Amino acid sequence: MIPAAFEYVRPTTVDEAVQAVAEGGEDVKIMAGGQSLIPVMRLRLAAPETVVDLGRVAEMRGVRDEGDALVIGAMTTHAEVVTDPLIAQHAKLIAEATETVADRQTRRRGTFGGALAHADPAGDLPAVALALDAQMVIAGPSGRRTVPASEFFVDYLTTTLDEGEVLVEIRVPKLAGDWGVRYEKFNRVAQAWSIVAVAAAVRRENGHIAEARIGLTNMGPTPLRASATEAALAGAAASPDAVAQAARSAAEGTSPSSDLNAQADYREHLAQVLTRRAVATAAGL
Amino acid sequence: MTLTEDPATTAVEKEVGKARRRKEDARLITGRTTWTDNMVLPGMLHMSVVRSPVAHGKISSIDVSAAKAAPGVVAVFTGRDIADEQGSIPCAWPVTPDMVNPGHPSLAVDEVNHVGEGVAVIIARSRAAAADAIELVDVDYEPLPPVLDMEEAVKADADLCHDHTQSNTSYHFVFDAGEAGTGTDTEQAFADAEVVVSRRFVNQRLIPAFMEPRSVVVQPQGDNYTMWSATQVPHILRVMLASVTGVPEHKLRVIAPDVGGGFGGKLQVNPEEVIALLVARRLGKPVKWTETRSESLMTAHHGRDQIQYVDIASDREGNVKALRVRLLADMGAYLRLITPGVPALGAFMFPAIYKFPAYRFECDGVFTNKVPTDAYRGAGRPEATFAIERIMDELAVELGMDPLELRRKNWIQAQEFPFTTVAGLEYDSGDYETATQQALELIGYDELREEQRRRRESNDPVQLGIGFSTFTEMCGLAPSRVLGSLSFGAGGWEHAAIRMLPTGKVEVVTGSTPHGQGHETAWSQLVADALGVPFEDVEVLHGDTAIATKGLDTYGSRSLVVGGTAVVKAAEKVIAKARKVAAHLLEANEDDLEFADGRFSVRGTPGASLAIQEIALAVFAAHDYPEGIEPSIDADATFDPVNFSFPHGTHICAMEVDTDTGFVKIRKYACVDDVGTIVNPLIVEGQVHGGLAQGIAQALYEEAVYDADGNLTTGTFVDYLVPSAADLPHFDTGNTVHEAPGNPIGAKGVGEAGCIASTPAVVNAALDAVRHLGVSDIRMPLTPERVWRAIHQGGDGGDRAAAGTNAYGGASTESTTGVSTPASSLGGDR
Ligand SMILES: Cc1cc2nc3c(=O)[nH]c(=O)nc-3n(C[C@H](O)[C@H](O)[C@H](O)COP(=O)(O)OP(=O)(O)OC[C@H]3O[C@@H](n4cnc5c(N)ncnc54)[C@H](O)[C@@H]3O)c2cc1C
Repeated sequence: MIPAAFEYVRPTTVDEAVQAVAEGGEDVKIMAGGQSLIPVMRLRLAAPETVVDLGRVAEMRGVRDEGDALVIGAMTTHAEVVTDPLIAQHAKLIAEATETVADRQTRRRGTFGGALAHADPAGDLPAVALALDAQMVIAGPSGRRTVPASEFFVDYLTTTLDEGEVLVEIRVPKLAGDWGVRYEKFNRVAQAWSIVAVAAAVRRENGHIAEARIGLTNMGPTPLRASATEAALAGAAASPDAVAQAARSAAEGTSPSSDLNAQADYREHLAQVLTRRAVATAAGL
Repeated sequence: MTLTEDPATTAVEKEVGKARRRKEDARLITGRTTWTDNMVLPGMLHMSVVRSPVAHGKISSIDVSAAKAAPGVVAVFTGRDIADEQGSIPCAWPVTPDMVNPGHPSLAVDEVNHVGEGVAVIIARSRAAAADAIELVDVDYEPLPPVLDMEEAVKADADLCHDHTQSNTSYHFVFDAGEAGTGTDTEQAFADAEVVVSRRFVNQRLIPAFMEPRSVVVQPQGDNYTMWSATQVPHILRVMLASVTGVPEHKLRVIAPDVGGGFGGKLQVNPEEVIALLVARRLGKPVKWTETRSESLMTAHHGRDQIQYVDIASDREGNVKALRVRLLADMGAYLRLITPGVPALGAFMFPAIYKFPAYRFECDGVFTNKVPTDAYRGAGRPEATFAIERIMDELAVELGMDPLELRRKNWIQAQEFPFTTVAGLEYDSGDYETATQQALELIGYDELREEQRRRRESNDPVQLGIGFSTFTEMCGLAPSRVLGSLSFGAGGWEHAAIRMLPTGKVEVVTGSTPHGQGHETAWSQLVADALGVPFEDVEVLHGDTAIATKGLDTYGSRSLVVGGTAVVKAAEKVIAKARKVAAHLLEANEDDLEFADGRFSVRGTPGASLAIQEIALAVFAAHDYPEGIEPSIDADATFDPVNFSFPHGTHICAMEVDTDTGFVKIRKYACVDDVGTIVNPLIVEGQVHGGLAQGIAQALYEEAVYDADGNLTTGTFVDYLVPSAADLPHFDTGNTVHEAPGNPIGAKGVGEAGCIASTPAVVNAALDAVRHLGVSDIRMPLTPERVWRAIHQGGDGGDRAAAGTNAYGGASTESTTGVSTPASSLGGDR
């Protein structure tokens, strides 16, 4: 449980960080809160030559209001997210999901950006970012680019971040209208990762569900949207029966893994139950 | 305040029975103590272990040259290098005369038999250098088929775990009450029975998961060696290391400093302890080894792991007629200290509190290519209790009887104690009915049954069930003669000494080495009462074979019952010796002296008295003491119990089952335990809570899972689920007190009770919730998936997928050798 030796750099600005990554040699790892990186290094599943610690990059931390969107710095910790008033007001789903992440100590160090960049299929925040149509702002040697969440998560533990790129901040469009949200997480003990989880945001209009956005955690190598259910819910009656009916297609197009917590068919079943529950709660039923 | 003294209020308050906060906790919790891994000695070297990534294979070559050349590395030793010195890890419990022991090298020489087995050690100047060099050792393995499934392993044409043995069976142990003369003929009883219920239960493999990892430091001084080890058993370790390594016992001192938990997992002679001693001897330098958490989960011995075939016979009215148990008990790859004895000890507990006329037990100890099993909190008794309490419920269902009614019909009545069971044990005292009544009240039984009915009728997706476990256990290990009759390699006595210091303070030396139980507090309470000295004036010394010279350490709920009794007996001797001195100094006849609240006073002569502390000082000065005695009132005592003690209790669990997801949640848990006299209620309650957590964990959370290649996939706490307080309900606990007649304290033992009793109560409760949906068994742990499958697909929930979770990039599949693997590139930002 001792990591292999590595060089350590601690930049203070995004530019310095990008430069440090460029100069760090063959195998550079960016470190945010270290809550996922340090364990894999200690287990020697990763042995980077250089670790670039973003902990002192002040401009990557905090939440600001940019009119129709919130901008969350990648280095904003889970603990900060949970208590942030802007997030509570405009992106409550993120706070609700973040509250279920790990334990107090881990939330104190782990970051929003780190959780997205790590892209753990069992991680809770990628599905939320996907459901909220978040945009990833990425800095690299050749400048900045913005990638929608739907294109950011590529595969198991893999994002569109290229070598040398840093996730700087995440733009989350504010939800306009009468939205309800719910993060329904299923795990065996408190503080454990999700076996399956469902992030739901539902907009109600005149007793109907006008729009539903549903993100699925751990139903495949990347976070997924429950598109068939979303389609079935658009315009559906805001009733338990209609929700239950729509939730039946929640697992369509997913490819969950089988592990000791759940085999694939059980995950598919859970996705349906949890989608029903998440949507019903979000819709105020 | 009044000026007249009321004798009732001036009497010294008794310590026994007081909920004293534990003396040792402040330093243990804040870390202001020396754990083994804190030891730093001049010139100390660090050891790391190169471990096998394959479950079964021949070692075809080992190349250590690169590791030897690595910076900071002092030496590398392979199994071959120490083959002549390392002997075999000892097994102290040959349960049958023809038991097969394949031998257990500390470092594999030719063949590896489980993932994680050591094949070489690296000795380096720093811990990091030792860890870095692991991946430089190049080992080639010629894989052999791994033997992993016990039911396959006992078949005639099975692959062999050890090719120099005839089969994978180590021993066949039988207890037959008919043959022993403690019961009637079991086969006949089954043949005559009106009702027979048969079940196959799986008591899964568990990992003790103590908090402080194992750690050892060895310091050579000339031909003397001092070993510090995070062990439960410094005394046993010393004897065993002497016999394994040839370092004479009197040249070896073993110290267990404060030790952070064990649960039986540190009742062992570990390969790494042997190797560290050999390396220190070779190099003449101090050596330290501390395991990583991964090593701990993978290579420290595991517990449980039995397949239990249980048959029960009764008449139509529910009077039990016979019990037959056949076990396959997984030994793992080797026999460690008491590996074979654990299921054999359990043999005597299957009949539990019920009056079976006939009983037969058979057990096969089976080798598999997994880490060895050995003692784990309860050691044989939880397995037995699980089987009997589960089959009682199954019989009740078969008979259409209330499960509690069936138990009541068959349990030993309060007036029948002492009662000799069909297994030949003499149960000491108790009252099962009273404990049960109290537990029913604590949990609010009638309301729960009513709610259960409502939920059933309304077809609620969340169903409610209630489960019982009316258990007993044998504690206070152990009468030495009984251990002898079971072929155990040692006795079960315990030793204590009391040293009266000149200032009146008291040192108590105990051979029962604690590792978190609170001996310092409880022993102080005992001595404060016995000698009439303040609680604060007592210091308890333990865990160092040079200080506590005799002892058999802590396990099997023995410490208070056996070790505490030795302390009380030593105190009695102190008083007897002090009496002579007091009589001399007070110029009185010994028979006229009265000892109370720490003072000798002369009957009928007010004012003529001496405190025990004054006598201690007088004896220290030794200016004036009786002729013909030694100038000392120190004393020691060795206590060997004549019988076990038998705590019992009724545990009731109310369980909610979400039939949509299979998620189970304990709604309420109540238990009433009879552990005899309670010396410290706070410690007792703490032991019960901790035990319940572990017993519930077996029912719901924990399982050591191996994949088809023999890799442990529950290799981190991401996959090996140890519950926290957040996952456990409030516990409603209570006690009845029936003093144990076998010791002067009256204590029965509490260290394992909660762990033994709770598991079947929890499983029975879950089954009670969903039995009307056609479920009759669910394999432990009751993962939501298993519960859901049992409800919706029938069966017992089946095997879990063997793959570890994907969190942490599949950290559970960590390469055991520490080498970079193709997965090394895992991380978030590829
Ligand atoms: C005990 C425990 C339990 C946990 N339980 C949960 C849980 O229930 N749910 C859950 O969602 N998570 C859980 N986590 C993970 C936690 O949320 C982590 O904090 C998160 O996954 C990673 O965030 P981090 O800031 O620690 O990132 P790091 O560990 O520092 O980095 C993770 C990866 O992302 C890369 N990275 C980080 N930041 C950037 C960036 N700005 N630009 C480019 N690449 C970057 C790193 O190079 C690394 O590969 C748990 C962690 C622990 C230790």
